[in-house]
Amino acid sequence: MKVRIPTPLYSYTEGRREVDAEGATLGALLADLDRRHPGIRFRMIDEQDVIRRHIRIFVNRQQVYDLATPLDSSDEVQILQALSGG
Amino acid sequence: MRSPTPKTNTPKPATGPVMLLVATKKGAFFLRSDRARRTWKIGEPHFLGHLVHHVVFDPRDRKTLLLAAKTGHLGPTVFRSTDFGRSWKEATRPPAFPKAPEGEKGRAVDHVFWLTPGHASEPGIWYAGSSPQGLFRSDDGGVTWEPVAGFNGHSMYELWTGGPQDGTPDGPKLHSILVDPRDPRHLYIGMSSGGVFESADGGNDWTPLNGGCAADFLPDPKLPYGHDPHCVRLHPLAPDILWQQNHCGIYRMHRPEGRWVRVGERMPKKVGDIGFPLVLHPRDPDTVWVFPMDGTTVWPRTSPDGRPAAFVTRDAGRSWKRLDRGLPARDAWLTVLRQAMTGDTHDPVGLYFGTTSGEIWASRDEGNRWNAIARHLPHVYSVETAR
Repeated sequence: MKVRIPTPLYSYTEGRREVDAEGATLGALLADLDRRHPGIRFRMIDEQDVIRRHIRIFVNRQQVYDLATPLDSSDEVQILQALSGG
Repeated sequence: MRSPTPKTNTPKPATGPVMLLVATKKGAFFLRSDRARRTWKIGEPHFLGHLVHHVVFDPRDRKTLLLAAKTGHLGPTVFRSTDFGRSWKEATRPPAFPKAPEGEKGRAVDHVFWLTPGHASEPGIWYAGSSPQGLFRSDDGGVTWEPVAGFNGHSMYELWTGGPQDGTPDGPKLHSILVDPRDPRHLYIGMSSGGVFESADGGNDWTPLNGGCAADFLPDPKLPYGHDPHCVRLHPLAPDILWQQNHCGIYRMHRPEGRWVRVGERMPKKVGDIGFPLVLHPRDPDTVWVFPMDGTTVWPRTSPDGRPAAFVTRDAGRSWKRLDRGLPARDAWLTVLRQAMTGDTHDPVGLYFGTTSGEIWASRDEGNRWNAIARHLPHVYSVETAR
């Protein structure tokens, strides 16, 4: 499925704003994304599997909070950077 | 009673250009001097917009730089360069705490705050300190990092470190990771808060080392931990001598005696002996520089009375001399953080400090005269030399 990437993570996707990754859950998708773009996951998800404070993840335009969220191959996943100060 | 400083063979002073590694809230900047250290050139920013807490040069291979970074959005990591910043590679396993068992709350690294190269006999070993307080080790030059379980999982960890409120406004920090040049397994760390701790077995076990040090902010100041060392240094030529700029004053310890002795009380009363950084002379263990700040009332942490100055002792703290020639004489409310002052190994020693208002000041004569060598940088977190 397609995953939209925010600008702070372009250094991991060779500048691409949209990349492919697969997974039956959000956690599996992020693991696959990390295999294809090493290092990208830890910048978004901490070592306790919590989505970092200023990262937001949307599936079909609905914000999700849980890595166990099930995904379908037709879903659209968008990762956003949230406000983080000046 | 102050113990005598042992005399040792002194290394030959360095010559030639000096490189300064400046880490800021918005990226890293490298400055390079001419051979006389009179003129400085600043290069393009590295990691512009990233929060860079520390950039450190490896004196063992004389080519590796490690850089601790995060951004407002992205989690903490470490980057590595072996060509003085022309190219960088990210750690494949950055410092991280272990995943907590199901149902338990685990810790997560907010930022990597401190980097220390390991012992001279152990090339490739590095240590990192984090916020919240965590100690990490790399055995491969900073490519992969593992938690030091003997500290992070110590049965006293929660008591020693307190909670998230027991730290700086930017979070509690583990800093001042020191390696005894005589023994790679003999380590010290500082924690704000927590105090100074020592390990004799490579980090497997730790004990507090805060005897004699004040903690006048604590309800029970006699506790053996809970102190706030801002910066701890160990002299490479006299490894039994430890110096500490603490929240409660300037201290020195002769390790066999095991007690901190406050040596800042001879500072002028109007200035006091509160500050963040402390810099050692590379060849004289009795000579130390500090940069005092206002630690009264609400703790402005700015230059006392708006008149910035470094102070030096050349007799192990018996007397202190003000060094302010070239610095603003008034109306200058500078803050110099604990990692933001350092020295080179030339003769005379060059001293360098960065301010949270984005200035870099240099002295090429051991602090007798200061010149601003960069302005308009972001908030400076740390200044290190590449030797």
